[in-house]
Formats: sequence, structure tokens, C-alpha cells
Amino acid sequence: MASMRDIKRRRASIQSTGQITKAMKLVSTVKLQKSRTKAESSKPYFNQMYGTIAAMLERSGNMDHKYLCTGEGGKKAVIAITSNRGLAGGYNNNIVKMIVASPELNAGDTKVYAIGRKGRDGLVRKGYEIAEDYSEVIDEPMYQDASDLTAVLLESFGKGEIGEIYLAYTSFKNTVVHIPKLIRLLPFDREAVEAEESNGEKAQALMNYEPNAEAVLDQIIPKYMSSLIYGALLEAVASENGARMTAMDSATNNAEEMLGKLEIQYNRARQGSITQELTEIIAGANAIS
Amino acid sequence: MADVMKLKVITPEKQFYEGEVAMVELTTTEGQIGIYPNHIPLTAVVAPGLLKIHEKGEVKKTSLMAGFITIMPDLVTIMAEVAEWPEEIDFKRAEEARTRAERRLSSNDADLDVLRAEMALKRALVRLELKH
Repeated sequence: MASMRDIKRRRASIQSTGQITKAMKLVSTVKLQKSRTKAESSKPYFNQMYGTIAAMLERSGNMDHKYLCTGEGGKKAVIAITSNRGLAGGYNNNIVKMIVASPELNAGDTKVYAIGRKGRDGLVRKGYEIAEDYSEVIDEPMYQDASDLTAVLLESFGKGEIGEIYLAYTSFKNTVVHIPKLIRLLPFDREAVEAEESNGEKAQALMNYEPNAEAVLDQIIPKYMSSLIYGALLEAVASENGARMTAMDSATNNAEEMLGKLEIQYNRARQGSITQELTEIIAGANAIS
Repeated sequence: MADVMKLKVITPEKQFYEGEVAMVELTTTEGQIGIYPNHIPLTAVVAPGLLKIHEKGEVKKTSLMAGFITIMPDLVTIMAEVAEWPEEIDFKRAEEARTRAERRLSSNDADLDVLRAEMALKRALVRLELKH
């Protein structure tokens, strides 16, 4: 059995770890609330954007547009949104695993546009090539960041360096449920949009486009991408804090449980040592008399 | 025939404006347009300019930088990447931005991104227009 001193030391260390995890949980709870409201307030923009684009594609028929076809470039790009800090349970690892497991994105011909250091490091270890690193963005995502990234991606897409663009992020369902998601940004996934559009959306009147449908699409698709990336950033931040909150909550619980066990062990050791001392004294007294 | 229509201005951060309006004026890439209720359905790309919202008896002005507009007979939706009320604008900064952009444009630098400088100038001018 461990000595009393060892148990005491162990208990102190667990206690202070427990205090840290508890504080981290509180911090991430507050951050979660903030990031959640932010993510929710960006929803209307995205929904409207999605509606417009879906309606456009539905009515435009088989328009031949550069963003609707696979680019000639052989490489694929993936935007991997993770966090800069760990201690968030499986949050970062889930994204890395999802990218590694996806059949479209193998290490050889995929360029990673990393947002978040943890995911970047994880993907580097798996042999992925990092094209750009925007890790500081995740601390305070702004719409400008998303549109800058879109501009960079579209430029490489236009130059034929990359043929497909994917976005990997963690979508925020609620405080405890976060789902890693991989979606294709370009070429625009027409079937998916149309499938969703056809169940129940209103058939609108004939729409006119100014200057013309292609030019509008030229403008709208980049904006759609930016809004998608921006939304993904906000959801990822909310998910990160949610994941950290859950992780820290269970860590605190585990610490408490361990403390309880150690307390019992400590008391037993103390009792044992007192009994032993007593027996020794009595034995000593008997020997003298 | 309705004499008002619904106007929604949405930015990535929030719902910027929502209300019943009699007329909306703004600038698209094709020029300035004014929209009354029962306009034909139209989607256009927004160019930097002022957005004038004519409510009943009151005109509200805001800046509108980029985005696009979807017009339906009874509903106008503006997806704005940037939109600001006059009180949100830092005029000193706008003034500086204007000077900077003008300097850049007149510098005759070979690798000058003319388009970008022009856009910056336009944005600054729109903001300054709201000063009065």
C-alpha cells in the first residue's frame, strides 16, 4: 500500500488539476454562449444566399459555367477548420480522421488550407501538403477573412492549380452534439442543391438578371463560398468551445471521483499507521514491565 | 395595389434592417435604380453606393458596399457584405482612406492595383457622402 505521504501528494496534484479543468470549463461555457449567438445570427444571411443560388440554378437550366464544372487542375484543395488549442476532447482529431478517411482526399494530391494549428499539425503528420496557414483567423473569425480565403482559392482554381475545393469543419448541432462535416464547395454541387430545392420550395415567378445570369452567377458563387466558409468558421468556434466544455466537465468529474477514492485510501493508511503505532507502544510497554 | 413592400437587408453578421418601405434607392453595377412595390422580379449585383430607404415619411440612409439584391413584387432582399448606418462610420478613417487611395492612384506606380485603389476610393467616398 502506498504511504500516507505519497497519497497526500497525489491528492494535492489531482485537486489542482481539477481546479484548472473546472476553470477551463467555466471559461468555455461563456465562450460557447458568445460564439453560439454569433453563429446563429449569421444564419439568415447564409439561408438567404442558399435560397437565391438554388433558385438561380433551378431556373437557369443547364448553364455552362466555370464554377459548375470540375477544373482541369488535378489537385484538390481542402479547407480544414480546427482549433489552435487542444484539450477539447476529440474535436481536432475528428476532423483530421475524417479528411484522412475520405476517399476523395488522399495525401498525395491534396493541398490543405489550414485554419487552426492542431488540424494543421495532425495533417502534416499524415503526410498532407499545407498550402496556406490561416490559423490566427480562428481566434476571431471575421467575414473579411472568409472572403480573402475565397479570393485566394478562386484564383488557384481559375489558374487550374486546383480542380476541386472541399471544406471540412465541425457543425454545431447543440451543446453536446457536434458533427464533423466535409462538403464540396467547387465545382458547385448542383444535384444536392436541386434535390433539396425541389421538395417544397415555392416556384417563383420568372426572374430577370442584371446584367445577365452568367455575370450574376460569377458574383454570387464567390459570395456564397465566403458565406459558407464564414458560417463554418463560426460554427467551428462554437463546436470547439462546446467540445472543450464537455471534455473539461468529464475531466472535472473524473478528478472528483479519483479524489474520493484517494480520500478513502488515505484514511485507511492513516488508520493503519495509528494501529501499528499503538501496537508498537503496547508491545514496548509490555516488554518493560 | 400595395403601396409598401417589405425590405430586408442582411449582412453576414446580422439582420441589418427589416421593415415596410415605400421605395428603395441604390446603386447596382448597371447604374442607380429606384424600386417601388410591384417591381418585376430581378436579381442584380450591388456596387458601392448609398442605400436610401424611403419609409413612410422618413428617409434613412446607409452605406452599401458589396453584395447583391433580389427583388420580388412585394419583397426586396439585399444581401450586403458590408452595410453601415451613418453613426457607425468612422469619418476620420474614411477621410484618410480617401487621401491614401487618391495618392495611390496618382502615383503612376507600375505594379499598382488600379482596380483595388479605385474600389477603396469609391468606398471612402460613399462613407463620406453620409457625413451630412
